[in-house]
Amino acid sequence: MIRLAVISGKGGTGKTMITAALAQLLPESLVLADCDVDAANLELLLDPKLIYTEPFMGMKSAVIDPTLCVQCGECQEHCRFAAVERDVDAYRVIPLRCEGCAVCAYVCPATAIIMQPRQTGEIMYSETKRGHLVHARLVPGAGNSGLLVHAVKKMALEHDRDRDYFLIDGPPGTGCPLISTISGVDVVLIVTEPSISGLHDLKRVVAVCRQFRSRILVAVNRFDLDEALTDTIQQWCSEENIPLIGKIPFDPVVIESVRNGVPVTEAGASPAAQAIQILESKLEQELRHYRDQRE
Amino acid sequence: MKICITAQGATLDTTAEDRFGRAPYFIIVESENGSFEAIQNPYADGGGGVGPKAAQILIAHDIKALISGQVGGNAREVLVAAGIAMYTYRAGGSVKDALDQFTKNTLERSG
Amino acid sequence: MRLAVASGKGGTGKSMVSANLAFTVSCTEPVTLVDCDVEEPNLHLFFPAPATTTDVTVPVPVVDKTLCDYCGRCEDACQYGAMTVLRDRILFFPELCHSCGGCTLVCPKGAIHEQPKRIGTIATSSPRHNLKLISGMLDTGDPHAVPIIKAVKEQAVKDPLVICDTAPGTSCPVVETLAGCDACILVTESTPFGLHDLQLAVDVADRLGVPAGIVINRSDGKDQATLEFCTDHDLEVMMTIPFDREIAAIQSRGNLLCRQKPEWQKAFFALFLKCSTLAGVHR
Repeated sequence: MIRLAVISGKGGTGKTMITAALAQLLPESLVLADCDVDAANLELLLDPKLIYTEPFMGMKSAVIDPTLCVQCGECQEHCRFAAVERDVDAYRVIPLRCEGCAVCAYVCPATAIIMQPRQTGEIMYSETKRGHLVHARLVPGAGNSGLLVHAVKKMALEHDRDRDYFLIDGPPGTGCPLISTISGVDVVLIVTEPSISGLHDLKRVVAVCRQFRSRILVAVNRFDLDEALTDTIQQWCSEENIPLIGKIPFDPVVIESVRNGVPVTEAGASPAAQAIQILESKLEQELRHYRDQRE
Repeated sequence: MKICITAQGATLDTTAEDRFGRAPYFIIVESENGSFEAIQNPYADGGGGVGPKAAQILIAHDIKALISGQVGGNAREVLVAAGIAMYTYRAGGSVKDALDQFTKNTLERSG
Repeated sequence: MRLAVASGKGGTGKSMVSANLAFTVSCTEPVTLVDCDVEEPNLHLFFPAPATTTDVTVPVPVVDKTLCDYCGRCEDACQYGAMTVLRDRILFFPELCHSCGGCTLVCPKGAIHEQPKRIGTIATSSPRHNLKLISGMLDTGDPHAVPIIKAVKEQAVKDPLVICDTAPGTSCPVVETLAGCDACILVTESTPFGLHDLQLAVDVADRLGVPAGIVINRSDGKDQATLEFCTDHDLEVMMTIPFDREIAAIQSRGNLLCRQKPEWQKAFFALFLKCSTLAGVHR
């Protein structure tokens, strides 16, 4: 199985749209995962049928038993995350702010505090035309998106390890959820756009990817909105020895197909669809080459 | 000498696992006589910091060499400090295959 | 007044809205623009100017080897695996540390004390009259976004009018940025992705008790689904920016719509007045 993650650095570059199109075009067998757990959109293009869900327990949160609390305030004094507040006749932990460090539990003289796992999300296992999709929902404001990403990947690998490709729609940014997404992944495709922010964030995310052993590839979406900047990106990739395997033009058909809930490559021939087809064939070359190298 | 191979299951026939810290199992083989035991990794699905914790398991079992596909920076630091040699196996074959390659000296040493 | 500009989905144009809003308001009164998207800050690209930078630090443990007997209590106490105790040495992993102070507390020998460690920087500049820009930048690969967001907001705490550009999404950094704001603008695009993620963002703002208003960006005129959602949830659509290649080109180059096309200042000022009403601030 080859693991491929589609990421972006900057948000909104079109990686979900491209991931869905790749899912439609790649001929091999697939298992899919949406690791953009803060804003999971891949399902909007794949028409999944839910098979089952599993609760996701994030890191433990402190819970104060009000019947044991002696109101000394040691917990509040030691908490560095402003997660303890004074309630009527006891102290109380604010779950949204608690980081699970357990310092309050340690300092409490009345042993009134325990650490308890909290459900902070849900993992869904669904059926799509192209294979199973694992996706998730995180309670807004909850942390541990990195851990949820890991749980999503794990479910996909456990159930569908016999598939040829594991195709992952990744999160934007360079934080924990991105790092958790690319860990153990063989090939990373970065989708960027021709803007100064896009180039800036591309460089940052490449720096993070280089800490892992994945092969890095780049595609530029909506490249014709600024061809000079696209050239700059192309130049930079060339200097960095990173293959640029796709340039997709801005195309109103993309939005239409998103509105219709299908990947653009299913909406007939259009400039964007054609460019993605070229991207997909170059990607397949890269994946085959990667597989040959491994054996 | 005891060798550890990261694995997806508890036998020598299961597929070797690429990742170290989140490997579902650690297969420990005694090179002198070929006997082995499988340890389920309690940290496989845990929060951050699993690499060093997994390394502690190897230290506790007196492992001298680790065969894995990808060892993260933190785990690597602990393994180096503990004097455990690291070898890379990423071919996607079985634990037995990884062990054979190690015995034949065809694996790349990475630490 | 503290105003946040956020969105569920990335790439909807938060930075464009924050930057143009701040530019417009700065024409009449002092405003501080705070870039709280510390993983990928980009407001400084719209407002290049020489900046003074300061380091942001968090306390991390340092072990005194002469006092330590490698008992391992610190390793057991750390919920994040940041301390690894070997037979003869201790390894500390700063990117795992949450600076909770737990290890320092539990050490029976008092062998641990805390020292500041840099996680990023704050850059402050005055790109134009009446405009102060404070940008938080997290060192690449460092996961501690929240302490930097706290630090940049703290820098602006005495300023009367503050606009905070937020990271995309709905996780901890977003919660940290929105907390304590008087109102927030949620920027969306009129696509199913935009709407799906808008719902998440509205939920977060609601949980935090921050009143929200909507800006639809890159509208192609087919915003019915978004408009319906807003009506159903009693949310005002405060501004709609049409999709336009020229606007996109201005943005992608790091230029400001309100500077290149001053007629847009009226629209952004109207947006500002609506935000004030939303925040309950009389102007």
